Amino acid sequence: MVDNKHQWKAWLYLAPAIVLLLVFTVWPIINTLLMAFQNGYSANLALAGKTFSFGIENFRKVLSYKRFTDCLFNTMILCVATVPISTMLALLIAVALNSIKPLQRTLQTIFFLPYVTNSIAIGMVFAAMFNIIGLRPDGAMADTWGIINNVIMFFGGEPVNWMNAGSGYWPNIVVMVVYIVWNALPFKILVLLGGLQSINKQYYDAAKVDGTPRRRVFSKITVPLLSPMIAYVVITGFIGGFKEYSSIVGVFGETMGPVHDAGRLNTMVGFIYDSLNTRAHGTASAAALILFLIILAVTMVNLQVSKKRVHF
Amino acid sequence: MKVVLQNLTKIFPSRDKKSGKEVVAVNDFTFEIPDGKLIGLLGPSGCGKSTTLYMISGLQKPTSGKIFFGEDDVTELSTENRGIGLVFQNYALYPHMTVKQNILFPLENLKGADRLTKEEMLKRAHDAAALVQIDDLMDRKPNELSGGQQQRVAIARALVKMPRVLLLDEPLSNLDARLRLQTREEIRRIQKETGITTVFVTHDQEEAMSISDMIVVMKLGVLQQIGKPQDVYDDPVNLFVAKFLGTPPINVLEGEVKGGKVCIGGAAVAEAPGVADQPVYIGIRPEGFELDANGALECKLSNVEVMGRDVSIVSTHESSVNPVIRSIIDADYAIDREAETVRYNIKPHKLFVFNKETEERIYF
Repeated sequence: MVDNKHQWKAWLYLAPAIVLLLVFTVWPIINTLLMAFQNGYSANLALAGKTFSFGIENFRKVLSYKRFTDCLFNTMILCVATVPISTMLALLIAVALNSIKPLQRTLQTIFFLPYVTNSIAIGMVFAAMFNIIGLRPDGAMADTWGIINNVIMFFGGEPVNWMNAGSGYWPNIVVMVVYIVWNALPFKILVLLGGLQSINKQYYDAAKVDGTPRRRVFSKITVPLLSPMIAYVVITGFIGGFKEYSSIVGVFGETMGPVHDAGRLNTMVGFIYDSLNTRAHGTASAAALILFLIILAVTMVNLQVSKKRVHF
Repeated sequence: MKVVLQNLTKIFPSRDKKSGKEVVAVNDFTFEIPDGKLIGLLGPSGCGKSTTLYMISGLQKPTSGKIFFGEDDVTELSTENRGIGLVFQNYALYPHMTVKQNILFPLENLKGADRLTKEEMLKRAHDAAALVQIDDLMDRKPNELSGGQQQRVAIARALVKMPRVLLLDEPLSNLDARLRLQTREEIRRIQKETGITTVFVTHDQEEAMSISDMIVVMKLGVLQQIGKPQDVYDDPVNLFVAKFLGTPPINVLEGEVKGGKVCIGGAAVAEAPGVADQPVYIGIRPEGFELDANGALECKLSNVEVMGRDVSIVSTHESSVNPVIRSIIDADYAIDREAETVRYNIKPHKLFVFNKETEERIYF
């Protein structure tokens, strides 16, 4: 404990952090709450002297918007699809990486590269890979087929309009899922690999003495002993998934969808952002609170499940 | 099942590629473990005893040499096909499984004709648990058990598949002193009841001496001596073995053999017929001293420690290699604690003479 006489020193050292947190985290949270519960609140009108009545009008409005429910649906789909896929893939890659000796460091670095690469840049690369249209050398538009369609055609399949004008909703989602999974892998691999390397090697020796088949070692020893890391990766994965926004911008640009249907792939965060742009601060705050409650609920469920499944 | 180790050698490549110095962990080790005996592999850390154990288990491959179980050459056989039970130093119990699941685990791995029915498995698990007296803890997780209980679970897990050979790596090192005494008796009992050939590794000579049928003393990968504990104690082949066995440890003095007599600082303390004159190390067990006012060996008395049954006399002598000479004398002797010096006669069979260069025993 800090001596009473010297407590002011402790406060002094903490002051910069506390002040910043109060100004940029605590106050915005309170302010969001206040704005959300003032019917039709707009900061611009408030500055002009207008007052707003308290109520839940903002929430009612948000939930009645088709655009909002679409955003919610997109976000949910992306979460539900990407978190299990990326976790599973990351687990397999981490186990594989952990079991090889030569080039382990090099491969680790390669797998970690996406993490330090700008997500907009990666998005543009993905857009190019899934593209079907390009410019001919003479400047005319032409089908050039991105690498994905080229591979599909190489194996005799029909090219798919993934994301250009006229593309369908589900191909768009596939592009986003692939992109998000790929983008989410490095961090997950890193966490899981760290977890794997901290598992005592004697458990594997013991399993070997007992003649445990490899699949059983994986399912009965590796996964349970890794369960805290897996839980961590899943929980943070869901939280990240609900905040998905920049990845859509990265692949589809600010239209948040193919050109013929702008905003089709918009997400919760995108909706909040758009609301702020139209000066509907009350609506944005209400949407932000709804997003917060959803993340909270999902995380609680995750924690409950992991309480039963995580073995430490 | 007898276990035969034939010219077993294990060389670890050097970690540092530049210096290129390899480590010979076990060097040309030949030894036969008789069927149904309890064997203690004994030596200071780094002597290769654990490596030897892991080579018997198959978790480590010998660089050269052969291992036989009975008549079968198992050198190339993988661990799971050797039919061994291994108890790890820190037990390696699966933390996420209950005691029962831990013990059942090896049985659930069996395939084909070896596969037991669920009932048989449960029965075997319960028998193993009963043998080590943990049958009332079956639904606990390892972290809810004491060290001694975890140890028992580990032994039960090793025994449940009825191994041909049971291997224990430092089985007592993670237990407190009291539990250690209790557990070593327990290991002895379990080994006797099952009759499984058992090899255990320890650096604690007392532990090895007290329960082993035979002890194997190792130093820097080289076998020093094999024998019944009492035989090795009474008849060490070199200074290392003499020093390693016994508590309190043997007293080592510098001296010489001159004219067929063993002399310490000029005083003849024992006969050594037929031994050429030479400087030697002389080892005297603490119980090898007899108080005698006219004794040959005179030491400066520094302390008398009463231990009840015996008395331990701490004295010094300028030829002593150790800081003090410790003797253990029957408490019936009257000892003058105020005296400046104490004189001893040495019991001839408690005195060993070693070559000063090679530290090998000089027999006479």
